[in-house]
Amino acid sequence: MKGLIPKEEIMSPGHVACQGCGATLAFRHAIKALGKDTIVTIPACCWSVIDGPFPYSAAGVPVFHTAFETAASTASGIRQALDIKGKSGITVLAWAGDGGTMDIGLQALSGAVERGEDIIYICYDNEAYMNTGIQRSSSTPSGAWTSTTPRRKYKTKPKKNMVEILAAHDIPYAATANIAFPEDLIKKLRKAKKITGPRFIQILAPCPVGWKFPSHLTIKAAKLAFETCVFPLYEVENGLYKITKPSNIKKVGDYLKIQKRFAHLSRPEILRLQETTSASWRRLLEKEEISGMGQSG
Amino acid sequence: MKKVITGNHAVSYAAKLSRAEVIAAYPITPQTEVVEKLSELVASGELKANFINVESEHSAMAACIGASATGARAFTATSSQGLALMHELLHWATGARLPIVMANINRSFGPPWNIWSDQTDSLAQRDTGWMQFYCENNQEILDTIIQAYRISEKVLLPAMVVLDAFYHSHTMEPVDIPDENSIDSFLAPYNPRYSLDVKRPRAFGGLTTPQWYYELRYKIERSMAQALEEIKKAGAAYGRLTGRTYSLIEKYRADDAKDIIIAAGALAETVKDAVDMLRENGKKTGLVRIRAFRPFPSEEIAAALKRAERVAVIDRNISFGCGGIFFQEVKSAVFARRKDTKIYGFIAGLGGRDVSDREIADVVYSMDKKAHTEKINWVGLKR
Repeated sequence: MKGLIPKEEIMSPGHVACQGCGATLAFRHAIKALGKDTIVTIPACCWSVIDGPFPYSAAGVPVFHTAFETAASTASGIRQALDIKGKSGITVLAWAGDGGTMDIGLQALSGAVERGEDIIYICYDNEAYMNTGIQRSSSTPSGAWTSTTPRRKYKTKPKKNMVEILAAHDIPYAATANIAFPEDLIKKLRKAKKITGPRFIQILAPCPVGWKFPSHLTIKAAKLAFETCVFPLYEVENGLYKITKPSNIKKVGDYLKIQKRFAHLSRPEILRLQETTSASWRRLLEKEEISGMGQSG
Repeated sequence: MKKVITGNHAVSYAAKLSRAEVIAAYPITPQTEVVEKLSELVASGELKANFINVESEHSAMAACIGASATGARAFTATSSQGLALMHELLHWATGARLPIVMANINRSFGPPWNIWSDQTDSLAQRDTGWMQFYCENNQEILDTIIQAYRISEKVLLPAMVVLDAFYHSHTMEPVDIPDENSIDSFLAPYNPRYSLDVKRPRAFGGLTTPQWYYELRYKIERSMAQALEEIKKAGAAYGRLTGRTYSLIEKYRADDAKDIIIAAGALAETVKDAVDMLRENGKKTGLVRIRAFRPFPSEEIAAALKRAERVAVIDRNISFGCGGIFFQEVKSAVFARRKDTKIYGFIAGLGGRDVSDREIADVVYSMDKKAHTEKINWVGLKR
């Protein structure tokens, strides 16, 4: 793993993200993996702001800002234009938040994946509409407070499972990644870069402001999400599941307790979340086993 | 080469002659034949383009935006509900200064479902910063799409070429299809100064504070004003090439007319018959046909109406609570210059109701007696 993270910085430091922003780290690593020959389109999301106001841009690669629900369709247009112009060797990246991916942009993403567009779609997942002030999205996990799911009526429905939705499209490559594990993130993106067709990566990107934890705990929160199996790290490559398993699974409560967005939860409610997390984890392990059987048979 | 084709196929052949490079489209009646033909032309290799079968009109325009920002000539076609769904991205294309050309086939909005001609769909997009051209016949549709690319790429604004559901889309007419070489001499390849380029990384459309946003909007307006000249220039150059010259408006027997009818689209062709009929009966009538609606040719229209005593604007559209949309625009153009012209607004043919030459003649006679200049005058309304 040593030396896997390129030293060269493509993204410049003059961005305007909040302190401890996971989404900013996510892009910094992602663009290191994908390289300078990348064109990125960004719909409405935190990154519409993070990149910097006109005339500045921190991304280090060409950026096309686009409307909220159009990351995948705009990226399709960019790719098809490059192809007809005979410009090869360029990665087309759609870089969107969880609301832009799982809610308003889902139709366009489904369409692009079904058509087999040669694009990488990355959802940096901070589990709510953070740019507009922490409103719930379909990626907000069960139990969480947001500004539209107040403590007395916190979100009870589970987080939408985007990787499964894309796996159901027979996508060549879908994976999750986590800013606390940059080597794994870079490895997955390098793999994705070599694949032709639609590729989807969901990067967990904790948000200190929205999740209500001090900004120095971003990496810790991300790490705990992995260690508690709340946000598993896995790949689905042509239907084949491959999970990166924590060596020592921690309690979900350890993850919840450092974030004030879960502060209202009672002990039984935390226990219920532990149960649903464990059940999801078992199901994922089964999928890995079953898909592997199909592969060897 | 002359071919007998529908308005829809005139659109397809025009996109081909314009060498559109990326076409993204979603089917809607009555536009479907446009994109069916284009997908055939792409599949057969007659048109070197990529065709994106998107999952909605919203994505069709987004894909055109992405393609155009990457330096490709982008094309789409739609109608009615599809155009309304695109609305957000029509603004986006303008703000991004992308010369996308789109054909819109005028069709009514539901409910109730109705697939016939009605100009309200495109006119409801009048504030999006798209140029708009209303065509009278299939030949003009083909010619205008080609010119639209030249104008758009000059002023960096998108353009909508508008035709009528069924009167054009599904009606066959002889159309002269120019040969590719002559169109290549008229329309150079699209080569924008700024595009998405990994060698020159730039951000397009990033957050812009009130310090600069206002000036960017001023520049769009300035380009619209410039387009008035470019439309005339392109129409004249096209005339030298093909013998068919176009401008912002078309005048028909209007110079000595006491009564002038204003109309746009297929309806204007029927008005010409009505004008002939009225003249035979001693009524000095003429037509001013609006071809360019955005930018609005206020000066040309005011000048064309200078000697007219009465003006009848016939709208196959309505802005509820205010009346016909061409009527409003004509009034503001004329009254800014002169207050003594009597201008009457008529609503006719909504949702594809046929408007006959006889009814148009009655419009002129009605100005002798019962028509109002202040209220909406309804043509052929069943009460």
